[in-house]
Amino acid sequence: MTPLALTAFTATSCLGRGLGATFAALEGARTGLAPCRFETVTLDTHVGEVAGVDDERLPGELEEFECRNNRLALLGLRQDAFDEAVRTAAGRLGPKRVGLWLGTSTSGILETELAYRRRDPGTGALPADFRYRGAHNTFSVAAFVRRALGLEGPAAVISSACSSSAKVFASAQRAIAAGLVDAAVVGGVDSLCLTTLYGFHSLQLVARTPCRPFDVERDGLSIGEAAAFALLERPESRPAAGSVLLLGTGESSDAWHMSAPHPEGRGASAAMTQALAAARLAPDEIDYLNFHGTGTPSNDAAEARAVAAVLGTRIPGSSTKGATGHTLGAAGGLEAVICALALRHGLMPGGVNTRSIDPALGVAYLLENRRAPLEAVMSNSFGFGGSNCSLIFGRAA
Amino acid sequence: MSGALTAWVESVALLGPGLPDWPSAAQVLAGTAAYDPHPTVLPPLGCLPPAERRRTGKVVRLALTVGLEAVARAGADAGKLPAVFSSSGGDGENCHEICQALASAERQISPTRFHNSVHNAASGYWGIATGATAASNALCAFDASFGAGLLEALVQIRVDETPVLLIAYDADYPEPMRSVRPIPDAFAVALLLTPAARQGSMARLTVDLSAASAERLADPQLEALRAQVPAARSLPLLRRLARSERAAVVLDYLESQRLRIEVSPCH
Repeated sequence: MTPLALTAFTATSCLGRGLGATFAALEGARTGLAPCRFETVTLDTHVGEVAGVDDERLPGELEEFECRNNRLALLGLRQDAFDEAVRTAAGRLGPKRVGLWLGTSTSGILETELAYRRRDPGTGALPADFRYRGAHNTFSVAAFVRRALGLEGPAAVISSACSSSAKVFASAQRAIAAGLVDAAVVGGVDSLCLTTLYGFHSLQLVARTPCRPFDVERDGLSIGEAAAFALLERPESRPAAGSVLLLGTGESSDAWHMSAPHPEGRGASAAMTQALAAARLAPDEIDYLNFHGTGTPSNDAAEARAVAAVLGTRIPGSSTKGATGHTLGAAGGLEAVICALALRHGLMPGGVNTRSIDPALGVAYLLENRRAPLEAVMSNSFGFGGSNCSLIFGRAA
Repeated sequence: MSGALTAWVESVALLGPGLPDWPSAAQVLAGTAAYDPHPTVLPPLGCLPPAERRRTGKVVRLALTVGLEAVARAGADAGKLPAVFSSSGGDGENCHEICQALASAERQISPTRFHNSVHNAASGYWGIATGATAASNALCAFDASFGAGLLEALVQIRVDETPVLLIAYDADYPEPMRSVRPIPDAFAVALLLTPAARQGSMARLTVDLSAASAERLADPQLEALRAQVPAARSLPLLRRLARSERAAVVLDYLESQRLRIEVSPCH
C-alpha cells in the first residue's frame, strides 16, 4: 500500500490526557489501573478509568449526544489541539473530502443501562429523557464527532469488539486510496459500562488484580476506557524526518469461535502476514511489537504462537494493557498512538505489572523500557467473533 | 469523488416482511406481483452446528440467511469471500435482556448473551458457518448503515480487486426499546459484488456521492418499509435490479450526503 502520514494524533486514557501525560506514564512505567469504584459496580477488580470524564459538558447545540462516551470523545478531541488540526485540514481540503471512521464496542450503552433502572413501573417505558440516537446507537460517537469537527464526508463506526479501532485505519486507508476522500479522521472511543464489566466477568476473563499480560500467573484482563484519534493524509513527496507513517494493514477472521481465539493463532498470523506484505517489509524489519496481550491465558498463548510463527521469537514486544487496561473498542486506536509515540521518542515501553514471563510463550517480552531508534513497529488487535487486525507504523527517514 | 466507484452485481438476496426471498421480492418490486406485507419469517439455519445454532439470535439468523442465499445464487464459495456486515442496531432482543438483567439486583449476564452483544456477532457466526477467514467488517451508521456498507464494499473492491459480499440487516427491538427505535420488522439484503463483469453478472453499479434527494417508492407500504428500516433504504436500487432497468437512482445516506447510483443491466 501507499503509506499515509499521521499528521496529527492524540490519546486520552487512565494514563492521562493527551500525548505528554501518556508518554510520561509510559516512560515512568506507571499503570493507570486502580480498584474499581465505577458507578455502582461491586466487582472485585481493577479498571482504567479516565478521571473527570463526567465533568465535561457537550456544547449546547450537541446536547442530544450527551453521554459518558461522547464526553470522553470530546475530552479526547481537545487534547494536543487535535480538533484544530482537523478543522485546518477540512478547511484546506473541504469538509466533504474528510472521512471519519471510528471504532467503539459499546458506544453510549451506559445511558441505556441506567435508563432501564428508571423504567415506568406501570408501563415499563423508558424515561422521557432517554436518547436512542444520540447516546445508545453504536453510530452515536461518530455522529457526534462528525458534528463537533464540522466534517461532511463519508462516516461509519466499525464495531467488531476489540479490533474495532485498529480496523478503522484499514478502512480509511482504502477510502483514501480509492479516492473517496482525501483525508480521514480515525480512532476509537470506548467507555466503562456495566455490560462489559459484568459480561467479561461472566466469562471469567476479568482479573482481580491489575492485569499481567504474558505473566506465568496471568489470570485475566482489566477493563479500561480511552479516546484516541489520528488524522490520516497522503504524505508530502518527502515527508518531514521523524513524521509517523501508516505503512501496512492486515485483516482476517478466525472462523473458529465467538469468544475464544483460534488456539494456534491462525487468524492472528494471517493478519500479521498481510500487514507485512502491505508494508513490503520482512519480519526482521519490525523493531517492536505492541501485543494485543489482554492478559487472559488463552489470548496470550494464541498470540504468542502466531507471533513466533510470523515474526520469530526474538522480536522485542510488550502489551501496554498493564498500564492502560483493555480499552476494548478503543484499544486499537490507543495502541496505534502508543506506537506513534514509541517511534517518535525511540522508546519501547516495557509491560508493567508483569513480573515473571510465562516461559511456555517463547516471546521476547519486555519487562523494562528499552531505548533504541525505531524504524517500523507493529500493533496487534483481536476481537470477539474472531476479528483480527494488525497495523504497521514507521518513521520517515 | 475522483472517479466514481464501480462494481458488478453478481447476485441479490433479500428477506423481509412479505418478501421471503429474492425471486418473490423481485416480482413485487418489478410490479408483477402485489405486495402482501405479512411478518418476516426466518427460516431455520442449517449451516451452523446445533450447539452454535441454539445460541444465535434473530439478527444472526437474518444476516446468515441472506448471505447464504446470495452466495448460492451466484454459485460462489462463501469461504473465500471478504464480507461487509452493516446494521443500524444489532441484536435488540439480546440488548434488552442484558439491560434488564443489569437493572436487576443480581446483574447476572450469561456468557452467550455477552458474546452475542457484540455488533459483529453476525460476522463471527458467518465465519464459523462458512469457514471464511478473509477480512470481515461490521459497520454501523444509524439510518445511513446501508449506504456506509455499500461504500465500504465498493472501496474494498476497487483497492483490493476482490469480490465482496455485502450484508445489510436490521431487526425490530422489543419494548421498551421499540418505542424509542420503532423498526417494525426484520429486513435484510445481501449483494455479491465483483470488480469485473462475469458471465452471470446482473448489472454494473457506478456510485458517487450526491446532494440530490433520495428516491421514494410509489407503493405506500413499500415506501413505509424503506423509510422505517435502514437496510430497506436499499429498495429503490433493488427495484432497478428487479426491473433490469438502465437508470440512475439516489439512495438515502448521511444527513448531508446521498448516494447516486447508475445502474446498467448486463442483459
